Amino acid sequence: MAEKEFEPRIIAFVCNWCTYAGADLAGTSRLQYASNVRIVRLPCTGRIDPLFILKALERGADGVLVSGCHPGDCHYTAGNYYARRRWIVFRELLEFVGIPAERVQFSWISAAEGGKWADTINDVTAKVRALGPFQGYEAPSAKGKP
Amino acid sequence: MIEQLRSKAKELLETKAVAVVIGYGEGSVPGATRPVFIVRPEDVGKLIWNARCANNLTRYLTRKEVLRLGKPAVVVKGCDAKAAVALAQESQVPRENVILLGVVCPGLERPAGDQCRQCEVNTPPGCDFVFGEKIENQPDPAQAFLDVAEIEKLAPEERRRFWAEEFERCIRCYACRNVCPLCYCERCVADMNQPQWIETSAHERGNFAWNIVRALHLAGRCIGCGACERACPMGIPLMRLNRKLAKVVLEKFGYRSGSDPKARPAMASFKPEDPNDIFR
Repeated sequence: MAEKEFEPRIIAFVCNWCTYAGADLAGTSRLQYASNVRIVRLPCTGRIDPLFILKALERGADGVLVSGCHPGDCHYTAGNYYARRRWIVFRELLEFVGIPAERVQFSWISAAEGGKWADTINDVTAKVRALGPFQGYEAPSAKGKP
Repeated sequence: MIEQLRSKAKELLETKAVAVVIGYGEGSVPGATRPVFIVRPEDVGKLIWNARCANNLTRYLTRKEVLRLGKPAVVVKGCDAKAAVALAQESQVPRENVILLGVVCPGLERPAGDQCRQCEVNTPPGCDFVFGEKIENQPDPAQAFLDVAEIEKLAPEERRRFWAEEFERCIRCYACRNVCPLCYCERCVADMNQPQWIETSAHERGNFAWNIVRALHLAGRCIGCGACERACPMGIPLMRLNRKLAKVVLEKFGYRSGSDPKARPAMASFKPEDPNDIFR
């Protein structure tokens, strides 16, 4: 029996005002993009706790995207500025413990950037597909990559 | 030096400037030390100071059982004194609510990891009184994070294997949390169960999440006292995780925990010109 090709599961934590609207615009514009993504809507990237990302990876996500308003355009003025500091630190820590940066990616996508949303999802999906399934927190085995 | 410390402690207690002096005393076995809480002026003879006084006594500044006694004076090394600064920054312990009795420390007999090698606070700053002959030490900043660099230069799989083996030993005793002066949350995220964010069993999934999240919650706050690594019964090199984040916060945001009581904590502030390179 032929082995089914690995299709990564991507979870996207997005802010309601910019990226979620941008994703919606991609839909209404009938843009075709990878269907591997599941979107979780939050009011602001400032609300996104690193625990969400860790939980997503624990529960079967192979890759995570976090996306929100561009700096300066936050609906709540400064939420994404605090988030930016948090993600800089979080990403460094993940890399330090051996989880490659390609698995957890960050972007600023505005409500008008439907095309950027589609391109970003396609790109993230391709990168995670190349990495293989996320093996969990055990030491890397022969099968897949960390 | 110890006599000066003892007589100052006696004076503070006799004048009722403080209700309790928290310091180091003889331990239960020869050569060991342990925290002592002196409430009577005649007991100050119990206070000692030597290179085995490793505990960070500022941990007690956020403990209700101790605060109930009244205003404390705490014997602190340079590293411990930084915790008092951080606690004041986070509005937990106003600086005027505690008397800091600084002791000059040339380094511990058994430091946690790299802790004493690059110490720049042998003479504790910001204390109400300082005891001991002052030591001036300016460590080379280029040598500051060698223990972190050791891990950074490994390949990702090797890093994963290193930490997976370390976290496998974690028994979730939470000694690291309980001994940390900056882990003062009345209800820790690891204890929440609706929803449960961090699995509580000593399984690699939960262990990984627990240690990562604790390091994250200490980003820009950890003062590098090494109490966590010393307390860990399984010998996990926790300091490397915390120091990695201290390095990141210093390099990216120019912030060092415990140095300036007036500064805003790094993760509770931002600059519009913060680095943006990780974002698409």
